[in-house]
Amino acid sequence: MKNVIRIFASLVLVAAFQPASAADLDVFACEPEWAALTQELAGTRAEITSATTAHQDPHHIQARPSLIAKLRRADLLVCSGAELEIGWLPMLLRQSGNNAIQPGKPGYFEAAMQVERLEVPTTVDRAMGDVHPSGNPHVQLDPRRIATIATALTARLKQLDPAHAADYDARGADFAKRWQAALARWNAQAAPLHGVRVVVHHQGWAYLFDWLELQQAGQLEPKPGVPPSAAHLAELKAELAAKPARMVIYAAYQESRPAEWLSHETGMPAVELPFTVGGSDGAKDLFGLFDDTLAKMVGALHESR
Amino acid sequence: MKLCRLFVAATLALPCASHAGESFNPDISLILSGTYGQLQHDPANYLLPGFPLAEETGPGERGFSLGESELVLSANIDPDWYGMLTLALGGDGTSSVENAYVQTTSLGHGVTGRAGRFFSGIGYLNEQHAHTWDFVDAALPYRALLGNQYQDDGVQLRWVAPTALFTELGGEWLNGANFPAGGSANGGRGAWSAFVHLGDDVGESHSWRAGLSWLATKAVERLTPSAAGDDLFSGNSQLLVADFVWKWAPQGNNYERNFKLQGEYLHNQSEGDFTPAGGLAAPYSGNSSGWYLQGIYQLIHGWRVGLRHDQLKTDTPDAAFTGTVLDTQGHTPTRNSVMVDYANSEFSRLRLQYNRDESSLVTDHQWFLQYQMSLGAHGAHSF
Repeated sequence: MKNVIRIFASLVLVAAFQPASAADLDVFACEPEWAALTQELAGTRAEITSATTAHQDPHHIQARPSLIAKLRRADLLVCSGAELEIGWLPMLLRQSGNNAIQPGKPGYFEAAMQVERLEVPTTVDRAMGDVHPSGNPHVQLDPRRIATIATALTARLKQLDPAHAADYDARGADFAKRWQAALARWNAQAAPLHGVRVVVHHQGWAYLFDWLELQQAGQLEPKPGVPPSAAHLAELKAELAAKPARMVIYAAYQESRPAEWLSHETGMPAVELPFTVGGSDGAKDLFGLFDDTLAKMVGALHESR
Repeated sequence: MKLCRLFVAATLALPCASHAGESFNPDISLILSGTYGQLQHDPANYLLPGFPLAEETGPGERGFSLGESELVLSANIDPDWYGMLTLALGGDGTSSVENAYVQTTSLGHGVTGRAGRFFSGIGYLNEQHAHTWDFVDAALPYRALLGNQYQDDGVQLRWVAPTALFTELGGEWLNGANFPAGGSANGGRGAWSAFVHLGDDVGESHSWRAGLSWLATKAVERLTPSAAGDDLFSGNSQLLVADFVWKWAPQGNNYERNFKLQGEYLHNQSEGDFTPAGGLAAPYSGNSSGWYLQGIYQLIHGWRVGLRHDQLKTDTPDAAFTGTVLDTQGHTPTRNSVMVDYANSEFSRLRLQYNRDESSLVTDHQWFLQYQMSLGAHGAHSF
């Protein structure tokens, strides 16, 4: 037993002498898209870690000790919010002992709360599946909303690090300029997608549909968060026989089998989309996320004809 | 919502809550749990040779019974405090306060203070509510040395170090009313604890936490009932707990497949006077220990299987205690368990468990069927 205590004591000492970060702001992003946005807006002024990757379902994350350690040192937390992280973030916040990033503090930034949200339910009942009372939180797939969130985030960075306000303003303006140019390009590229009927795996694409004016032809999950069942898929197949769709899309972190089955049965292509930064080889940053998403969807559209 | 849109470009930290009225109410959730138990031997006659057992500590109930049903209310009280209450509802119509504490949220510097009634932060399993356990029953060392779970009234202080490696130090000062303490010694300050937790990730797919805890308790005429009558103990105990948990999920995505390996070692040293049922008080000094190791594997979404082994060891006591509850009768208590459970959603779970229980002198084959459901506010689980 004495040896165990000795090993523990030395581990604690090793931990205590690890250097803290040299950047002005330590940023904890819940999802990779917000890490990428903060990177665009703060550059080297921020040291950024993302709690999740594109291969993880942001609804279901373990409240890991490493995340508590990261939150403990964070000056700013950037998350989707709107209850997306409700299963793990409140626990981490309470355990972190960090006053700066608690809800209501300037260090607590919820991206979804900066924009108008879709699918805000008038009643909520768990019989409807895993619904979010504040509306659909997956706001990162509408570049127009990203622009709004970027403006709010720049303001927040200036508030937290006023000494470099001019720097954040300059970076924010530069990002806005590049983003508007890209948006014009994407709008032109996406023109053939308007009105196209698309099947989704999970109800996570509402904002992409809103932007591109796509039509949702059905979803593989019978209810949000409930895994696709054979009975539901058969029903969907019958519906699609009467009213066909052009493709079925799913996120990189989701299982491909249900979408592939439906693709095989109906002949429409199944498309794996990055969903967030890092979800595909092309989605290396926020620009790449939309470049790759549109390229894959337009490609699938040509394939299905 | 209109207001929300107007504010989008503004710098204000105003949340655009669509349910502003509701958000002032506490989060309410209800845990509903029930068990069907099939035990060959009557649990009323259960004895763990060598170990005086706390009240309501045994292998479970026969037939249908209401398990750990709990009502949980929690909310931020103001910008500086968080509060929570857990009422445990017993099948016999009684209810008891399981947790009722307030906790600081704004001390900063990694410091969190807590006061009230709570599960002690020692070990790994001790702090977890029964409805988050992976098996129907507590591991044997927890049953024998902590009365299933050590809970008491008092204060707790935790500090998370500003390091890359998760490092948490904590300490508690407690009343000492409950097993392994008893009788609220030292004017109601009869127990204290200290613990350290370390943890980190290894790559994307692995994460771990390890801990070392110390619990010192004083007992004044602590009563432990057994089939032979009530035993009394007065004296001091020191408990050391070493725990670790390791979790794996491919690329950190635990939705489809994941694995959890967890083990703890508990060592207790007691010194004082023991009065066996119907006997005379005699000086007692002894060591006892126990460990368990369990692995839980989720093979497809919703379905998990688990294996657990636990066992205990205790010193052979003085001749004065031959024939009493402290007499090990040369027996080493062990148990092996296997379980399979299915979760329809993250809010409902059905479980089947089998124990080959050799903790008492007779081998018992035990089967349990259990449901665990939670409704209301979405609770967040710790690691």
